[in-house]
Amino acid sequence: MHEWALAESVITAVVDEIRLNNIRKVTKVDVKVGELQQIDIEIFRFALENVMKAYELVLDSDAVRIEIEKNILRCEVCGKTWSFDDASCRPGEDEAEAIHFIPEIAHVYIRCPECSSPDFEIVKGRGVWIEAIEGEH
Amino acid sequence: MDPRLHIIDKRLQDIKRIIAVSGGKGGTGKSSVASVLALALAKEGYRTGLLDLDFGGPSAHVILGVEGLFPEEDKGLIPPDASGIRFMSIIYFTGDNPAPLRGKEISNAIIELLAVTLWGELDFLIIDMPPGMADTALDVIRLIKRMEFILVTTPSKLATEVTKRELAILQELRLPVLGLIENMLTGQRAGTAAKVAGDRTAFLGSIDFDSTLEHAIGDVDKLLQTGFAKQLSLCHPFK
Ligand SMILES: Nc1ncnc2c1ncn2[C@@H]1O[C@H](COP(=O)(O)OP(=O)(O)O)[C@@H](O)[C@H]1O
Ligand SMILES: [Mg+2]
Ligand SMILES: [Zn+2]
Repeated sequence: MHEWALAESVITAVVDEIRLNNIRKVTKVDVKVGELQQIDIEIFRFALENVMKAYELVLDSDAVRIEIEKNILRCEVCGKTWSFDDASCRPGEDEAEAIHFIPEIAHVYIRCPECSSPDFEIVKGRGVWIEAIEGEH
Repeated sequence: MDPRLHIIDKRLQDIKRIIAVSGGKGGTGKSSVASVLALALAKEGYRTGLLDLDFGGPSAHVILGVEGLFPEEDKGLIPPDASGIRFMSIIYFTGDNPAPLRGKEISNAIIELLAVTLWGELDFLIIDMPPGMADTALDVIRLIKRMEFILVTTPSKLATEVTKRELAILQELRLPVLGLIENMLTGQRAGTAAKVAGDRTAFLGSIDFDSTLEHAIGDVDKLLQTGFAKQLSLCHPFK
């Protein structure tokens, strides 16, 4: 349920943006959710709606778009690219849970499938990110 | 945009004072001072949290003998109680395994932890800082705006030189430095740290080298009985 904390960060960011740019009505919030963090989208969406109410933020029901971003990992040593989802190198359940809380923990439990190095870059699909906030002034 | 950066202030808003225990060199006793200070404050009845941000060499859990704890999940992560301290550390997620992270990723992990940790109301949050003044420490300074610093140095020339530089950077950044603690004094060089403090910052006091400390590590009651703890209680600024 720590999806709530992340949902709250998104709503706080939207509220800050409204204040900063004098937005009258928010028309679109594009949220990307990186695959690596394995956010439960149902819970996340539910949390977003509830936190919105708590922050007295009114948005059209289709204004918030959540898109799952494919994860790409690239080895710093041999250059191999792969994904967290590749069955051959997916970590176990407890390990995946730790990565769910802090995606960088991937370096503790995932190794490059080519050269076994823990030194890889999380190129894409890490965690929660706001791609765009649009609104009417 | 990174939404997490927008919630960090709120996560820390019910904390009265945020104290960063820092100091240029590794091995000067930062983790020991941070952990025992947190213990002492908790014992005195202050609501106290301890956050180990030295992801490269997390130590506070060893000093406090923390085992088998994990944060409770409720709309965020609630730090579990370790000997009366609300304690947060990367070790809940890494276990005993090393975390080979690059600087940028350490910062990213710290941001994540700060964004989801629900401290609640605290009188003190003590932070065991990453060593030195490299990117991680600078990011922490940027992320946690209300930090007050206690610097820990040994009397050695090497340590005091590095500490002097750190003090200069912190003061240039206009960050409050509560003062300097001199640790592991063995007699022969008494006064070196006081000289570094000079009129730049407060000299908070000295702690002798304490051969009983090693045997008390992991045992909170023993820790509080050490000469280290007693001398620390005389020099920390929250009496
Ligand atoms: N006053 C002291 N007397 C004896 N040993 C000490 C003292 N202060 C710290 N130590 C020991 O020195 C080592 C380094 O301390 P630590 O707190 O981990 O330093 P840092 O966090 O600055 O790297 C540890 O083994 C600790 O137990
Ligand atoms: Mg340390
Ligand atoms: Zn590789």
